[in-house]
Amino acid sequence: MAGTKEMNMAKAINLALHEALERDENVVVMGEDVGYDEGVFRITEGLVQKYGEKRVIDTPLAEAGIMGTAIGMSIYGLRPVCEIQFSDFANYAFNQMESHAARFRNRTRGQIKTPLVMRMPSGGGIRALEHHSESREATWAHVPGLKVVMPSGPRSARALLHSAIQDDDAVVFYEPKSLYRLFKEEVPDEIETFPIGKAQVVKEGKDLTVVSFGASFRVALDAVETLEEDQDVSIELIDLLSISPMDHATICKSVEKTGRLVVVHEGPRNLGIAAEIIARVNENAFLSLEAPVKRVTGYDVPMPYFSKEQFFLPDADKVALACMETIKF
Amino acid sequence: MPRKPIEITEKIEYLSILDENANVDAKLEPKLDNATLKKMYRFMLLGRRTDERMLKMQRTGRLGTFPQASGHEAVSIGSVSAIEKTDWHIPAYRELAGMLYRGWSLEKIILYWNGYEEGAVPPEGVNDLPYCVPVASQLLHAAGVGMAMNIKGDKKVALTYFGDGSSSEGDFHEALNFASVFKAPVVFVCQNNQYAISVPLSKQMNCKTLAQRAVAYGMPGIKVDGNDVLAMYVATKEAVDRAKAGGGPTLVEGLTYRFTPHTTADDPKRYRSEDESKEWFGKEPLTRFAKYLQNKGVVTAKELEEMEAEVDAEIRAGIERSETLSKSEELMNPLAMFDYLYGEETEHLKAQKEELKQYLEHKKKGKKQQNHTAHAAGSAK
Repeated sequence: MAGTKEMNMAKAINLALHEALERDENVVVMGEDVGYDEGVFRITEGLVQKYGEKRVIDTPLAEAGIMGTAIGMSIYGLRPVCEIQFSDFANYAFNQMESHAARFRNRTRGQIKTPLVMRMPSGGGIRALEHHSESREATWAHVPGLKVVMPSGPRSARALLHSAIQDDDAVVFYEPKSLYRLFKEEVPDEIETFPIGKAQVVKEGKDLTVVSFGASFRVALDAVETLEEDQDVSIELIDLLSISPMDHATICKSVEKTGRLVVVHEGPRNLGIAAEIIARVNENAFLSLEAPVKRVTGYDVPMPYFSKEQFFLPDADKVALACMETIKF
Repeated sequence: MPRKPIEITEKIEYLSILDENANVDAKLEPKLDNATLKKMYRFMLLGRRTDERMLKMQRTGRLGTFPQASGHEAVSIGSVSAIEKTDWHIPAYRELAGMLYRGWSLEKIILYWNGYEEGAVPPEGVNDLPYCVPVASQLLHAAGVGMAMNIKGDKKVALTYFGDGSSSEGDFHEALNFASVFKAPVVFVCQNNQYAISVPLSKQMNCKTLAQRAVAYGMPGIKVDGNDVLAMYVATKEAVDRAKAGGGPTLVEGLTYRFTPHTTADDPKRYRSEDESKEWFGKEPLTRFAKYLQNKGVVTAKELEEMEAEVDAEIRAGIERSETLSKSEELMNPLAMFDYLYGEETEHLKAQKEELKQYLEHKKKGKKQQNHTAHAAGSAK
């Protein structure tokens, strides 16, 4: 029986990178400061020392350049795992991802593929300066041809990163940076993968379904645990994990059982992930709904400067309130 | 702490070997065998005649909008003939002649500009990427391909193209910088036709040459008479050899002229004077190369005529094949739009594919019913 090791999410992602470089010589890690600086969040610790500058590449400071050259490298047969220092700077690379990474396979009828990963820290909660805290996963999920995933802790981060690296398509890998060192979790010694496109029912319940992902998942989990302790309620909690493709079947199945749904995420509400989840529930499980679906999300404003970021972010009280309103409706 | 000039050692050269009157500089003339010279001319001609025929097709509704390439044959063929099959060819969208040279079939080219993805599928046996529409973005792919060659230890080169307008895009600068920093074996060829749709080069940049931008990135740059296929060959071959020997990338600027509008959708009279166009038409790349080949005894006038007839027949056959293919059930299948997006089918797309399929069946039924009704009405009369 294989064992486990306890580690935080930063360590788990670092472990996955070490493992991927070790098992596949086509994997290269590239980005700004990923070499001897070991990444601004120290996610690429020990990589350049072990695998050399040819496979762990400090790039010039240019996000379109990173993703554009990664596309060329992936077409050539490598599997670049790119770090965008903060997801907010991925905007520079949007054209390369939208116009090329998402399309090469389709426009060449399957002949050319771009197996690459765009890793990036995202979200608020670490008192970062302006342009360092947004959650724009909906923007990327809107692009047909890209896959978008977001783990919610050490185990899912390591497993999903392996899945993303092994995937033959371009994957946008969001790292909720407030979770990097927030808590530790048991991570199996053996490499595991989580299928991209599958959500996980983390906890079963019967009165309400709560769907969340990333850092918000931890907030939702807190709220659910408190509510179940304090109130006579039973809540089913789903970790979305894969934003695109989205596993609405798991959500709908749960809603068919509970009849109620709350969706929690940090990104803005307007045309956000919750909106898509609700639309799919309407299409597939409308008659099971016993209450309007509630969204606990970031507001439709830029992330406020950090002195007030806590008011923007979903917190356990906001989630608990939405849950109780939905249950009591 | 004095204030003094910094020595910039790089010099930007201009290269011309075969002038517009077909005078050749014997010292600079490349030693190419007759078969190669003939092949180069043949593909320049095939490119030109295909372009002209495609324009006629477009004007009669048999082809979509496309960017014409007449005038760009020397830049394209002079450079592409300097690489091997195993090297990489990464075009923008005016490399028609070069793509044909690399083995793209006429039907593929026509299918592409007629709205079929099948036209973007590279031919077997060469390392080519398809046409690239978002300008300058392909240069980064070439830089990445070159970086990957270095990582894998392959002695190959990536040859890529862009227009003068593209040189204002950020991706151009990032690509040259990445390629140079990582000493990637890449040759960046500029099809400088002096206009980005309507905007002249003088409004695109405030430099004497495009080639001099190479200096800022720490790579060699050269400006070439882009209507001189021999000069384009020599400049590219030098760059290819240097790249394969580990010397990194080169920027080659080929100065040429579009004999046509930007695409079939604009009118160059609005932004170019007829005098200017006339002058450049006189510098046309095919005429001088044909004269050179005749002077050299590589081809006779009769052979050139025969070549015209061959090329004409080849184009006719290509058009016919493309039109047959474009009506085939496989290429007309709208449900294929869902089949190639991801490596594996997703549930979501499966459902959308089914939705479209049912809609199409529903429409088909409706049409049958309509026909039936119309027929019934007709017989009542």
